[in-house]
Amino acid sequence: MAYEPLLDRMPTSRPATMHDDFGLFGERPAYAAEADFKIHGGCGLMGICDESGTLMSGVVAIKAMAVQRDRGNGLGGGFAGYGIYPEFPDHFCFHMMYHDVKAKEEAEEVFDRYFTVDLAEPMPTRPVKGISDAPLLWRYFLVPDPHKLESSEMTAEDFVVHTVMRINSTIDGAFVASSGKNMGAFKGVGFPEEIGHYYLLEEYEGHTWTGHNRFPTNTPGWWGGAHPFTLLDWSIVHNGEISSYGINRRYLEQFGYKCTLGTDTEVATYLFDLLLRRHKLPLELACKALASPLWTEIDRMPEEEQAVMRSLRAVYGPGMLNGPFAIVLGFNGGMLAMNDRIKLRPLVAARQGTRVMVASEESAIREVLDAPDRVWAPKAGEPVVARVEGMEWPIHGDLHLPPNEVSCAVTGVRDSCEIVEVG
Amino acid sequence: MPTSLIQPEFKVEIDYNKCHKCGRCVQQCGWGVYSFNERPFPDDSKCRACHRCVTYCPAHCITIKKNDLALRDNANWSSEQRKNVWRQAETGGVMLTGMGNDKPYLSYFDHLVLDACQVTNPSIDPLREPMELRTYLGRKPDSVGVEPNGEGGFRLKEGGGVSNNIKLNAPIIFAPMSYGSVSLNVHKSLAMAAERLGILMGTGEGGLHADLFPYQDNVIVQVASGRFGVSPDYLRRGAAIEIKVGQGAKPGIGGHLPGEKINKEVSVTRMIPQGTDAISPAPHHDIYSIEDLRQLIYSLKEASGYKPVGVKIACVNNVAAIASGVVRAGADYVYLDGFKGGTGAAPAIIRDHVGIPLEIALAVVDQRLRDEGIRNQASIIAAGSIRSSADMAKAIALGADVVAIGSASLQALGCHLCQGCHTGCCSWGLTTQKPELTRRVDPEWGAERLTNLVNAWSHELQEILGALGVNAVESLRGSRERLRAVGLDAQTCEILGVKPAGL
Repeated sequence: MAYEPLLDRMPTSRPATMHDDFGLFGERPAYAAEADFKIHGGCGLMGICDESGTLMSGVVAIKAMAVQRDRGNGLGGGFAGYGIYPEFPDHFCFHMMYHDVKAKEEAEEVFDRYFTVDLAEPMPTRPVKGISDAPLLWRYFLVPDPHKLESSEMTAEDFVVHTVMRINSTIDGAFVASSGKNMGAFKGVGFPEEIGHYYLLEEYEGHTWTGHNRFPTNTPGWWGGAHPFTLLDWSIVHNGEISSYGINRRYLEQFGYKCTLGTDTEVATYLFDLLLRRHKLPLELACKALASPLWTEIDRMPEEEQAVMRSLRAVYGPGMLNGPFAIVLGFNGGMLAMNDRIKLRPLVAARQGTRVMVASEESAIREVLDAPDRVWAPKAGEPVVARVEGMEWPIHGDLHLPPNEVSCAVTGVRDSCEIVEVG
Repeated sequence: MPTSLIQPEFKVEIDYNKCHKCGRCVQQCGWGVYSFNERPFPDDSKCRACHRCVTYCPAHCITIKKNDLALRDNANWSSEQRKNVWRQAETGGVMLTGMGNDKPYLSYFDHLVLDACQVTNPSIDPLREPMELRTYLGRKPDSVGVEPNGEGGFRLKEGGGVSNNIKLNAPIIFAPMSYGSVSLNVHKSLAMAAERLGILMGTGEGGLHADLFPYQDNVIVQVASGRFGVSPDYLRRGAAIEIKVGQGAKPGIGGHLPGEKINKEVSVTRMIPQGTDAISPAPHHDIYSIEDLRQLIYSLKEASGYKPVGVKIACVNNVAAIASGVVRAGADYVYLDGFKGGTGAAPAIIRDHVGIPLEIALAVVDQRLRDEGIRNQASIIAAGSIRSSADMAKAIALGADVVAIGSASLQALGCHLCQGCHTGCCSWGLTTQKPELTRRVDPEWGAERLTNLVNAWSHELQEILGALGVNAVESLRGSRERLRAVGLDAQTCEILGVKPAGL
């Protein structure tokens, strides 16, 4: 893959090391204050997963986003990569954004108290034209302190979730960009190809990448507000406007989630975490809860499915994501892409050999995959799932599906399911 | 001495040039306004402005006007205050009235406006796209538990799903009004409409007449402090059981159905002697505390084969804590009746001065249940002057699962809010047991009008949802982000959980 032309388009303007250690850039962004406002926007997105586990350079994600440049306005771009830290596969990797040294010290105090910090380093970046006002970017490879973990009576994952919530909501000027194992989010204010270049994504290799181009309409772009949003190893890139945001947020608050960002995407991330990790729903049912089939469809299902779907809708109605969206969920086992229940935003999918790719526009797919076996438009509410062979699948217990079988095994109108065949 | 100082409230004017002298007005008026001697003569003092005669006059020659007798202006002593003093000086009695609170309290619904989509997200056209109103009433588990079904799919684990919920085709039910206070034909109209609409009607505290047995799957049977008509059979017939603790129009007050309204049918249904007053005690004498309520809830569940049991409470100061207790006591739904709620009969002083508005109560109850993580354990029914689909949408956005309509459903059947329910003389044949009056409501006609009303509101709710860009009512439920307040103070906004317009 030729990367040089892309480099040529990005002359440098100022040293990226000029972080705001001395408060040079004025007032700190009021991270928490944004939560009071609903942030609207449109976007472009992509996701690619090699089901064989073969690693791909981050360049594929940059290229896919670069052709979708006009779907954003330069106020937010970002990527998530999976399998990128093979040297620390079992550490929780925190990608942090700090507005100043004080925030960094406060966050590090939390890390030191509750975790063993095996590596802390500034995020490698390079100067890129168009990228300015970057916060302090650091990453930490952490293991929960065994004593603290034990006395907390939580799982390591819950322990990490609590830490993320605590930092985002109580430390002014500190923001957790990602917190999963063997993955990371790279995001900021700028066009995605600039952001990708800024973070040196060509030096990372992952089996799954997602990318996002943001078009916020009523908020000054800020680094934490760019996609993807993450929690543990879940990451979400999202194009859309979740019209049910108000109740989704209130529903999540019942379970202790603090929605500090005021964005739809944050809410979607937490909902997936609630349904998959805490309520242990299989992935396909979680999708059905979040983009529910219509009652008229449910009424036509066989009785057993009907009972499942009726309960899902009755119980998770407040969590249903209503309104136009296309979403790509990345996780360590692969990737899931999904549209809203009546397909009000674009989403195209393709497969070439072991690679499954989704994007807002087919142009992105044609840019990355030279000869796709198949390109299709997934139907409303029907998830497209790619799963990395041999990796843990976020379906609990014994609920593993055969690798060539995709989601929607249970619900929905069967013959409308998009079957992704393994090449 | 004059027998009364109170002058008629209305003037009945007949244009005798147009009058057919047919006597229809004499026959139609339940209040005895008219006498007839070659032509009708009205007695203004008996008129309640119910417009029955106006509606039926073939010559359209009757006009009802306000009696504009001037009293000296006094902003403190309204003419109503003065009349009440005269009235009580004459009778020494408690002033009774019917229907809901008519005092000019702030209507919070009228200070809340709804959102709509523009550009960043599309609105949805309910004429062309599905727009779902189906609602399940009852307790929901915290999460859904599934297991593989062995065929590549999933089935519910035992106890993993929703059970004992009642399916409603729209988030609206007919509020409980007892047989005895309203006529059997009214009950039949409500039951037939509820069945056609796939919703529910409440029996109120007067039992379930045998003629309604065919509609029992669409009926909530009520157990109130008088226990009228309550039997194991009655409990097993209803789709759900409702314990009425209080009523919005008269929180803390029992009920009184005068003996004149207890005819044979009412007596059989209520299981009380004919002609005796039916007096419901103010409290349930087996519920003096929350733990007693829990025992009654579970007794009723046991007796009915575990039907959903709801609890109806009036909105009062500590309604949030009370509702929380009710949910923790095992109720499948909490029915919140706001202080503008209607009634067949209530002391005017209680109706107009006791209780708090539904909007406030609903907001604080929904929030409290969420704060305590038990919101899913019970549905919330909101009632107490839901006047339109807009009120319904706003109530749902504040957190209600379902709204109940009582006054509106009686109005669909002809009620003009003349506030004479307690007299038993309702000219529209609604709140009376006089056979010559009750036969004025043909249940088929009534059911059709009620069905039309609910369908119309449902269509309007669909329009609202479409404008909001969501296609299922659960996405509006509790979504206060879609409301804005206009002209409310900051503290009220905070209590309602609604931002002022502009934020």
